[in-house]
Amino acid sequence: MFAYLVKRLFQAAAVMFVISLISFAIQDNLGDPLRELVGMSVSEETRDELREELGLNDSFIVQYMRFAGKALHGDLGTSYFFKEPALDVILKKLPATLELVLGASVIIIGLSIPLGVYTAIRPNSILSKAIMGISIIGISIPVFLTAILMIFLFAVDLRWLPSYGRGDTVHLFGSWATNFGSWDGLRHIIMPSIALASIMLPLFIRLIRSEMMETLQSEYVRYAWAKGLSPWRIWFVHALKNTLLPVITVGGVQIGTMVAYTILTETVFQWPGMGFMFLEAVNRVDTPLIVAYLIVVGFIFVVTNTIVDLIYGLVNPTVKLARMGA
Amino acid sequence: MSSFVAQAQQSRWARIKGSNLVYDFMHNPVAIVSFIIFATIVIATMFSPLIAPFDPYDPTQYDIMDSELPPSWELAGDSKFLLGTDAQGRDLWSAILYGTRVSILIGICAVALQAFLGISIGLIAGYIGGRVDSLLMRLADIQLSFSTLMVAIIFLAVTQAMFGTEAFNRYALYMLIGVIGIAEWPQYARTVRATVLAEKKKEYVDAARALGFGPLRIMLRHILPNSISPIFVISTVQVANAIISEASLSFLGLGMPVSQPSLGSLISSGFDYIFSGSWWITAIPGIVLVVLVLVINLLGDWLRDVLNPKLYKG
Amino acid sequence: MSLLSVRDLVVKFAMRKQTITALNQISFELARGERLGIVGESGAGKSITGFSILNLISQPGYIASGNILFEGQDMATMSAADLRTIRGNRIAMIFQDPMVTLNPVLTIGQQMVETLQAHRNLSRADAEKIAIIKLREVYIPAPEDRLKQYPHELSGGMRQRIIIAIALLLDPQLIIADEPTTALDVTIQADIMELLLDLCQSNKVSLILITHDLGVVSQMTEKTLVMYAGKIIEAGPTREIVNDPQHPYTQGLIKALPQQTAPGERLSQIPGNMPPLSDVPDGCAFHPRCEYATDLCRSTTPEIEDLGRVKVACHEVQRLNQRATPKEDSA
Repeated sequence: MFAYLVKRLFQAAAVMFVISLISFAIQDNLGDPLRELVGMSVSEETRDELREELGLNDSFIVQYMRFAGKALHGDLGTSYFFKEPALDVILKKLPATLELVLGASVIIIGLSIPLGVYTAIRPNSILSKAIMGISIIGISIPVFLTAILMIFLFAVDLRWLPSYGRGDTVHLFGSWATNFGSWDGLRHIIMPSIALASIMLPLFIRLIRSEMMETLQSEYVRYAWAKGLSPWRIWFVHALKNTLLPVITVGGVQIGTMVAYTILTETVFQWPGMGFMFLEAVNRVDTPLIVAYLIVVGFIFVVTNTIVDLIYGLVNPTVKLARMGA
Repeated sequence: MSSFVAQAQQSRWARIKGSNLVYDFMHNPVAIVSFIIFATIVIATMFSPLIAPFDPYDPTQYDIMDSELPPSWELAGDSKFLLGTDAQGRDLWSAILYGTRVSILIGICAVALQAFLGISIGLIAGYIGGRVDSLLMRLADIQLSFSTLMVAIIFLAVTQAMFGTEAFNRYALYMLIGVIGIAEWPQYARTVRATVLAEKKKEYVDAARALGFGPLRIMLRHILPNSISPIFVISTVQVANAIISEASLSFLGLGMPVSQPSLGSLISSGFDYIFSGSWWITAIPGIVLVVLVLVINLLGDWLRDVLNPKLYKG
Repeated sequence: MSLLSVRDLVVKFAMRKQTITALNQISFELARGERLGIVGESGAGKSITGFSILNLISQPGYIASGNILFEGQDMATMSAADLRTIRGNRIAMIFQDPMVTLNPVLTIGQQMVETLQAHRNLSRADAEKIAIIKLREVYIPAPEDRLKQYPHELSGGMRQRIIIAIALLLDPQLIIADEPTTALDVTIQADIMELLLDLCQSNKVSLILITHDLGVVSQMTEKTLVMYAGKIIEAGPTREIVNDPQHPYTQGLIKALPQQTAPGERLSQIPGNMPPLSDVPDGCAFHPRCEYATDLCRSTTPEIEDLGRVKVACHEVQRLNQRATPKEDSA
């Protein structure tokens, strides 16, 4: 297990290194920091002096080392627009995005396992066919269309739910603004969460169903029937446990995908999260903020993937020995 | 027990050609309807310059005075514009025909690129094996762990910020194909590699090698045909995904410009107007997009069911 | 009354385009403590026979007609809940490949305890005590430690011993063993068979041994069924069938045994392959491979006939018997 852990951490570090290189390359080539600092009305000589002072004439490696060193201390530059440290700007937006992902995850996990298992156990029932039919339609509707459709239906037409923003938030531990603290906040997070879950949920139902059906065909499940065990024990202990192993791996990747989809959902619902902020930063060519977003999102990807791999290693007894013995 | 050994011994290609596929198709109403709809959409978009009453790419052909006209069946509609007009006064029916063409073009080209990259890498990894293999598969793992959409959004956003919107719009089509095409190769690579590893052990590959055939010939002529059906199934789903990705990117303003709209950019351009009641600019292209993706997904599901029939054991 | 009585069992598989008859009119009897071998090539329907006794045929297969009377109760028509009280409890099954039979994510202990608890009202501690006793019976060293281990931590032979121990957990009346050693290393195959025979004899358990190896059957069983393309073609006491096979197919199987061949001589083989069940020829299913086939064999399916000592389904069997069978080629 220890070797496995070290190997995974090493890989995570390598990926973070590549991300930092890309981020630096973007920072180096995108926009002109001088113009952002002093504007256009400065003489060429002063510019050269400043350039030298800021170290912009140093070699690529020296500049990267400086960039990486600062980044490790949490300094990702100052946002041109907000005139604040870029990391602070992002961390302020982070709770909104994470709560959206949380809301969607609750919906996905809460519904996909029972529905996936049911459709695998009773593949020919009318309910299963209805679930599978709806799920393939769900996969075919892009997240932003689901979001628009819901706004049109529940906000414009029926006026049940608010169409944009976070509404009232309550502060937790000082800085974390949460939607789950007030009725208004909850009302605001319902539609964005459903929209974000809308494409992932059918994917998970179908994944769990197909994995479960394959497991139900396996020899050990047949053997479990031959031992006279109860159907519940066979489905939920023998089959589900083996079904969830591959689902965990895919699930980890999908968490990352969900971060990407938050950009879409946040845009439609004008949800003040990281994704919405990122698109604004792109339009303003706010390079430090773009770079900071890249690093923070890259970090989230790497951390979730590493955690998922470690969980997989803990849950699956065959991984432990294979890696330990090696 | 393997009572269907004979069936398994047939080559996969023979199984595709064999009546199973055709037979099942003829007995599956969902597949037939999906195929008819898909074929209609493809043919209509291929001939869109002939069918469309207006050229949506030509600004002289539309008038801002005609903007936001509802579909012709609505009270305020104009019979000249079957599905109404968008915010710039463009005929929506023509714009949808051209837009669907752009969406399908990007979808298919991007998947062709994915398949080319993935198959090549898969063949190389599987055939050479060893360090090259583990390095390439490690890369595939890492590439897979990053969502395509995320990579595409960041890449396109940064390019747009770097080169300005105008230059970006000029090359948007190629950049979309490139970014969607490059990000999704691991799927193919893994599948092909698995086939290569399975086939490499078999005698006929040894025989071909003994006969002095080069590795390229062995891979392309002997091993690749064995992975045709999984490639086929993956490709269908990937085209659907690529069309959705393209639409999502265009919706964010990171894809096709409004002057050469795809379905995604049409939906996006209409989004600002749904609150004022002009639902059709978003809704009609939206419906076309969903139907297009849905029939491709249905065909993909059907193909997967038919091409990977469960051989029973026992 | 016999322990198990299978009568005119027909099992079909509903495939995409056609319905395949996997078992055609299978009938046999098994007495208490008796050991029966079912022999045939892959795809002859031996395994399906084994599974259908437990009514464990999975989709798209189904029991089309016939009875499977176990102690007078018909397994073919029994409710799922009643079937559960028999499976694993009064009839235990040993599967072919021990590598895939045990659930990889559950410990040996969990898989043994759950079997006991499914049929007896036992605490976990009591169930583990029984499990340890049974593991000792199959010569598993340090059984207490094994309970905590996962299947992949054990060798194939060890796993098959554990599966035999699980089969014995509830002292069943019948054990069905489906090629229990084919997936194992040759060096331990004999050990496992010997263990199985010992345990069946000492516990007075009936055994149905499914195998393609007539040699194994001759050492393990008292009665034998020979199956071909979903039908029984010869049935009777094992000694009779091994020493004086009547059906040309059984004769071919005996000749193909390595024991029947002198060193340095080529193994004799039956020419051709068994037809797939989707494509069984008219008449006697064996006729394309049979050197004695006549027009009658090609057109009419032979019924199984009682010849006194054995039952045989062959048109030519009388004539073959009159013409003294050449025996020179057997060593």
